[in-house]
Amino acid sequence: MGVHVQWAWAHMCLGIPGQVLERLDDGLAKVDFSGVRREVSVVFTPEAEPGDWVLVHVGFALAQIDEDEARATLQLLGEAIAAELAT
Amino acid sequence: MKYVDEYRSADAALAIAAELRTLVEPGDHLKLMEVCGGHTHAIYRHGLDVLLPDEVELVHGPGCPVCVIPLGRVDDAISLAERPEVTFTSFGDMLRVPGGRNRSLLEAKARGADVRIVYSPLDALKIAVAEPDREVVFFGVGFETTAPATALTLVRARERGIHNFSVFCNHVLIGPALRAILDSPDVQLDGFVGPGHVSTVIGTRPYEFVCSEYGLPLVVAGFEPTDILQAVAMLLRQLHDGRAEVENAYGRVVRRLGNPRALAALETAFAVREDFEWRGLGAIPRSGLRIADAFADLDAEQRFTVPGARIEDPKACRCGDVLRGRAKPYECGVFGTACTPERPLGTCMVSSEGACAAYYAYGRHRT
Amino acid sequence: MRCVLRLRAAPHVSGVVTLADGAGGKASRRLVEELFLDELRNPLLEPLGDAAIVGMNGARFAFTTDSYVVRPLRFPGGDIGELAVNGTVNDLSVAGAVPLALSAGFVLEEGFPLDELRALTASMARAARDAGVSVAAGDTKVVERGAADGLYVTTAGIGLLDLRAVLGLQRVRPGDRVLVSGGIAEHGIAVMLARGNLALEIDVMSDTAPLHELTASLCAFGPSLRWMRDPTRGGVATTLNELATGAGMSVVLTENAIPVRDDVRAACELLGIDPLYVANEGKLVAVVAPDSADAALAALRAHPLGAGAADVGEIRAADVPLVLVETPFGGSRIVDMLVGDPLPRIC
Repeated sequence: MGVHVQWAWAHMCLGIPGQVLERLDDGLAKVDFSGVRREVSVVFTPEAEPGDWVLVHVGFALAQIDEDEARATLQLLGEAIAAELAT
Repeated sequence: MKYVDEYRSADAALAIAAELRTLVEPGDHLKLMEVCGGHTHAIYRHGLDVLLPDEVELVHGPGCPVCVIPLGRVDDAISLAERPEVTFTSFGDMLRVPGGRNRSLLEAKARGADVRIVYSPLDALKIAVAEPDREVVFFGVGFETTAPATALTLVRARERGIHNFSVFCNHVLIGPALRAILDSPDVQLDGFVGPGHVSTVIGTRPYEFVCSEYGLPLVVAGFEPTDILQAVAMLLRQLHDGRAEVENAYGRVVRRLGNPRALAALETAFAVREDFEWRGLGAIPRSGLRIADAFADLDAEQRFTVPGARIEDPKACRCGDVLRGRAKPYECGVFGTACTPERPLGTCMVSSEGACAAYYAYGRHRT
Repeated sequence: MRCVLRLRAAPHVSGVVTLADGAGGKASRRLVEELFLDELRNPLLEPLGDAAIVGMNGARFAFTTDSYVVRPLRFPGGDIGELAVNGTVNDLSVAGAVPLALSAGFVLEEGFPLDELRALTASMARAARDAGVSVAAGDTKVVERGAADGLYVTTAGIGLLDLRAVLGLQRVRPGDRVLVSGGIAEHGIAVMLARGNLALEIDVMSDTAPLHELTASLCAFGPSLRWMRDPTRGGVATTLNELATGAGMSVVLTENAIPVRDDVRAACELLGIDPLYVANEGKLVAVVAPDSADAALAALRAHPLGAGAADVGEIRAADVPLVLVETPFGGSRIVDMLVGDPLPRIC
């Protein structure tokens, strides 16, 4: 999220989706964000396995992304577009 | 970027915007509060306000954890940072927040204080381990989104017997803030765009009182353009139908019961303060977290003495009104003149989520 | 009646230099204008361009200097030596000059390893060869341990103005196009992450490179090329703000046209930084007349360093010159001048 305009530093509400690459010790996992990788604590999302997507905030995964829900939301967006084109 | 780009579809956004226009009548004036500073920021950054019908006004709320920290607490942080033995770690947002007499952590750093920006409280703990001669203090700021991270870090510090680490705790709770807004006599709202990431932790259940006790709808929203517009559409549909419910438009990460493990971490490491002062909103009972007695030795306020002064906001500052949705940034007399991002009078102008900062940064060319 | 008190920028609040003064943004500008220009004022300096244009006996030269304080000294894709050569070569190149010679001044900290110094100097030599210049003069000073953080380098450069080029902010016109020679924010992200403080792994390398061939290909467009700059500290945003202020016109960018690599964009998102503010060391921004834009873009893309070149926006007349980004949603946002320093010691 482009903060920055002037302050150019982290933006607290920031939660970014990333994909778990591998589980590490100590409740940590290596997570990939479009080619950037960081260690993230998965203590709050212990079921996250390599390949799963998580929402990360200040170095912690707060939720596993529910792919069905994500798809459902995209479907609604698709329907909105279709409805608009039809009018 | 997956799970980001798809929700930035311009076609979808424009389609939803078209639907919004069908959900209002000329002459309507609907005021929806977007509680979370992240939403304010996203709206301005993407220029989404142009997509809303004139009948819908989005009002900024108090969901900016940096904005609501009183001047006195910022001074307390600066006093900790100025101690020669202390390495003061903080999220970047807090560095330019002005305390009393216009000082800030950034300015303290320029004068020689060891102030370091960290992305995560775990990084602060790493510094404590790597530099055992330093007293590392972490500036714990944020709502229930961020507090679990601090909680877990305190637990880790205890587990590993790390003594040169403590937390200056300024975490706040969104529920009491919402109630304070709703109880404000001069605030008139028709609904809420509910905070997205706080809700991954607390779930949607805590918002049910907004509907049951105050009769207003609340839709929890994500932060991408279509997420926000979708939530506004759902609110307008509720208003149209005469409903007042909590709906979840961010189902891909928010569940009704939130994240039980994160909530448990909060229970372990924190206790609720009787009162906590919010900048601009005054004292809100049971709205702030302090470090639990079991972790008292890791509480910076107990390990060190802080001035603890209560400092009045500058007279000209209207952050309080902005945070309560009573004023728009450009309605503040010092907006853009005596108060700018470079020389901010109030926190709303400094924080990346502050309404004034977002408006100044992104939208001031539009009034 | 409400009296709006419009305050001018106050004198430096703290009375000391702060990191923000080195960031390339508003504070840097103020320090230069209110202190340095105030004291040194002269016609050559006043334009505050990257290079001064000095004329003598009919010949016109560009003359410039830069200091390099980057940390760490070595980073993915380059080192301080390469940066010091390319940075000054680029300041000359974007002034429309063919770089001729550089000088290099070294401030060395006592205890700095000689083999590392040799390696960095060898790097400078390679960079100079690639840029077709010689390091013709130099100076060395040594300071006590602790006083120089390893090594600081200052390079000055002189180049001969390409007669085809007629550059200047006063030549910019509404309707002109703004071109960028490739993906942005790579240098800043590479250096920042090389510091290891932020615990992010990324395969991005600094884009440090000499731009003299790219600029020469643009100078061929003669008066259709209005102005060029290399967007270093403070990024493309800072450069475009200087353009807007200097030309007295707005710069309007199209968000989706701005080239950024996916992983760089993700790193910026994670850190909460807008890529427009992140330093580049091998990219240029050029303003060209609208009917030459396509050909200029093709010329850039024909060169390996310009493969990712893009037309990112246009110049528009405006009462209040601003840099704006038009979003895909029909809205726009301001890209303001940098206030704080997101990335200290980046170049």
